[in-house]
Amino acid sequence: MAELAADKFIDISGEVCPMSFVLTKLALDELEDGQVLELICQAGDPVRNISIQLKDEGHMIVSVKKEADGNFRLKIKKNG
Amino acid sequence: MGDTVTKKKKLKISVDHNLEERTIKRIEVNAEVSGKKPVGKINFAELRAGGFIKQRQKDKFTVRLKCPGGSMTLDRLKKIVEAVEQFGGGQLHLSTRQSMEILHVDYHNFGPLVEMLKESSQEVASCGPRVRVPNACGGCSYNPNGITDTQKMAETVNEKFFGMRTNHKFKMSFSGCPHDCIHAASADLGLIGAVWPVWEEASCTGCTICASACTEGAIESHPETGKPVFDADKCLYCDDCVRACPTSSWTAGKSGHNLRVGGHHGRHPVNSTIAARFLSDEEAEAAIGATIAWYQKAGEGKGRIRLGNLLMQEGQMESYLEALTEAIGPEKLAEDIQRPHKITIRR
Ligand code: SF4
Ligand code: SF4
Ligand code: SF4
Repeated sequence: MAELAADKFIDISGEVCPMSFVLTKLALDELEDGQVLELICQAGDPVRNISIQLKDEGHMIVSVKKEADGNFRLKIKKNG
Repeated sequence: MGDTVTKKKKLKISVDHNLEERTIKRIEVNAEVSGKKPVGKINFAELRAGGFIKQRQKDKFTVRLKCPGGSMTLDRLKKIVEAVEQFGGGQLHLSTRQSMEILHVDYHNFGPLVEMLKESSQEVASCGPRVRVPNACGGCSYNPNGITDTQKMAETVNEKFFGMRTNHKFKMSFSGCPHDCIHAASADLGLIGAVWPVWEEASCTGCTICASACTEGAIESHPETGKPVFDADKCLYCDDCVRACPTSSWTAGKSGHNLRVGGHHGRHPVNSTIAARFLSDEEAEAAIGATIAWYQKAGEGKGRIRLGNLLMQEGQMESYLEALTEAIGPEKLAEDIQRPHKITIRR
């Protein structure tokens, strides 16, 4: 998967549902379609829920990396 | 009436409500009770179908309303409010099986109450030994976990099977996914939405999200590649891996309703057993029809016995599965089918 540059970055690794979802959605609201949001979230439920919810709402997860501390770094293309 | 009672005794029909109903159907009276003004006709056939439940209070009944899947339109709700104002005691109750119930209705008012509700197509539900209104969770129509359209199922199944006579009560519940929020596993017949996940290696990036998504431990990530290692025995068919995978490497190989039969709660709770998997809506309907027909036939002369207790008897599960196979074919029968079994509770 080719690396896309991020247009915005948020760290929500301290958050769980529903805040993780709300913060991700608010960040996406600031972007145009096709722009990329990069975020860091916890493993387990947060990454699970964010992945499912973003896919349900028509966004595209374009890259996933596992950090050394176990968190996930996702890049999300708005309405991709 | 006296005649009927003797006949019933002679025939020794253990499930006698059919006979009783046929007799009573013809009687329509003007209810006139001393001190009360006449309130129009009471249709006893309608009363017999159930849904009118005697309260502790003198002359007062709870009237249970049909709300398949727990759904209610604004039209019906407004009419119900009107009916409560006129005939109820100013109070509604939500039954444990998703029905609205109008409390404190004087039985003299049954006739006009039913007529008023009909203006918005609101019908009275049932009680007693018959097919009850099916329950359902939100299912896929708005719940994000939903795999099947449980609301639509509740409506069509209610239209086709509601009120049919059975040996004992027959309750159906439909859940949209294995979370089983509506407790389909403890219904006489339950449907639970299910997906069989299939993985395609070519598009997989090894991101490990599916392993995070699976709460059953059915997916482990390969320590080097990050790609999923799938343990089919642990899979609960929940669809989470399919929904979470960013590259759609997991897809739904099969999906539909898992069929459970023979559960119930109550004094002697019974856990249902899984009988078939991944049924389409049409197959599920056929399975329901076959189950009710089998229950009516196999239960003949056996009195008030729940489906699960009947299935626990020697040879009955085998006979039921034959009937089920006739309706839906052998391919979708579950593997290694058990009988329903009693849940032990301490007294
Ligand atoms: S059973 Fe599944 S689809 Fe139905 S309400 Fe629960 S989580 Fe949602
Ligand atoms: S369907 Fe559910 S239980 Fe089965 S592997 Fe996928 S996430 Fe795990
Ligand atoms: S979520 Fe999808 S892409 Fe990621 S490891 Fe699992 S199957 Fe591969």
